[in-house]
Amino acid sequence: MAGDFDEQPQNARDSRDLLPGSSSLAVLLIVFISLSLLTLFSIVHGGAGHVASDAGGTRAFGPADFPEIEFDRTLLPEVEAGGSADPEGVYRVRRPLAYEDYYPCSDCHADLEVNLERRELVEMHDDIVLNHGSKERWCFDCHNPEDRDRLRLANGELIGFDESYRLCGQCHGTIFRDWREGIHGRREGYWNGAKSYQLCAHCHNPHAPRFQAIEPLPPPVRPQFLRAEAQEEVDDDE
Amino acid sequence: MMMSDPDRRHGPDEGKVETSVDRRSLLINAGLTTMAAVSASVAGASSGFVERLLRTRFVELSAERKAEILDALERELSERYGREVTVADTPPMDGVEFGYGLDIARCVGCRRCVYACVHENNQSRDPQIHWIRVLRMEKQRGIELAESTAYYEPEKVPEPDAFYLPVACQQCRKPACVKVCPVKATWQEPDGIVVIDSDWCIGCRCCMSACPYGARHFNWTEPGIPSEEIKPDTHYFGNRPRPNGVVEKCTFCIHRTRKGRYPACVEICPVGARKFGNLLDEQSEMQYLMREKRVFVLKEDLNTQPRFYYFYAT
Repeated sequence: MAGDFDEQPQNARDSRDLLPGSSSLAVLLIVFISLSLLTLFSIVHGGAGHVASDAGGTRAFGPADFPEIEFDRTLLPEVEAGGSADPEGVYRVRRPLAYEDYYPCSDCHADLEVNLERRELVEMHDDIVLNHGSKERWCFDCHNPEDRDRLRLANGELIGFDESYRLCGQCHGTIFRDWREGIHGRREGYWNGAKSYQLCAHCHNPHAPRFQAIEPLPPPVRPQFLRAEAQEEVDDDE
Repeated sequence: MMMSDPDRRHGPDEGKVETSVDRRSLLINAGLTTMAAVSASVAGASSGFVERLLRTRFVELSAERKAEILDALERELSERYGREVTVADTPPMDGVEFGYGLDIARCVGCRRCVYACVHENNQSRDPQIHWIRVLRMEKQRGIELAESTAYYEPEKVPEPDAFYLPVACQQCRKPACVKVCPVKATWQEPDGIVVIDSDWCIGCRCCMSACPYGARHFNWTEPGIPSEEIKPDTHYFGNRPRPNGVVEKCTFCIHRTRKGRYPACVEICPVGARKFGNLLDEQSEMQYLMREKRVFVLKEDLNTQPRFYYFYAT
């Protein structure tokens, strides 16, 4: 036991060497000063400056900035009239797009001779690029040569442009089934009553059906730019 | 007995007691006057304010009181925005439980829904509040919420290596936000919509930290909405302009859906990725997609049991 008491002063000296009072204070002081300088710097120059000005989310946009988008969708009159009162549901298909441009086709085609030859169109309809199985398909697989105001199913049945989904459904059966049940495609109106569908051709150009990429609306504003003045600070820096 | 109180130092002699009583009545009078002045100035600031402080929860009120409150709200909002604003409290329909479907195979991340929602639900423009947040995810990584970003800004969407996951209130069957609210200002309605009574919310934001989907948002100021952009057809629990200092969130467009209309985000979606209907109706789109498609919910391990279903149509 006596040996233990002898060693005690030795231990005490060791711990003094390990952390000598004045130098440890100096180290702490240096760390403290540098940390507070860093904090000060980040307060003065920080905040808005941490995000690159082209990173997105520095400016707040609202619906009024996009007048070209119809946020209040206008319903078809018959859907509006049907309302939610109709328990069976009235389904209306929106007017075919083809009606906007050329329809009725017979205005021109009635007087034209039918040319069944497969060829590149130059005089008219030269804007149509066929990218829909173009090796296997051409105009008269869907269009009817004798009466251009009608489309032609594989079994020879003639249908109007407003029934074009039957034509598409001949090949795209699973999508057609989803569309009929309201899973594929947009519906508008009343979830418990009258509603309108869109035709396949409203979203997919039948001649090149892949959905075209569109421009996104701007991202939400980042939290540090919620204040209107934050954006002005960014503008000043630039 | 050495006390510092000058009234008590000389013991109970008649004159001193008199001044003591005088002081008490003086204090009482002063207090009453101050309270009257405070209440008068508060009442002067906003007519409905004191009334709103004193009344009980909206759902517990009688039909007449509700009508009075809606009337007062309509007058206040119409005056503030300089146009006719209506506030309804359309009740839930019988035999209806709302469900929402979102086809993440279709969503292109164009954010039309985000801004249609702002337009429809009178969210604050400045400071900005968005109820819908569209998350961009790498196809390679799959659904990885921690690595996703809401601030993507490419020229065109969809980008070839990404897919998009819009997130708003999931209208949970076991909502954590409702459980934590200390004043019962938020609850589940019979049709499944989790609503907030903005006049009862104390702005403690416990629900915001409880919500695992980041679906709740706080009004740091009086909402900044230009009067010409106000959507005047509103619901008490839904899109009426909220006061300063309360929490708000998606209500499945309660003012539309309780009258049979689709929510605004469903109708605006250019790819038709958003589906809405009655979960209890066998003929509804929701039942069809839940029968026929591969469906999942977000963060199912938390057992919140959302009514918002993501699915792959193809």
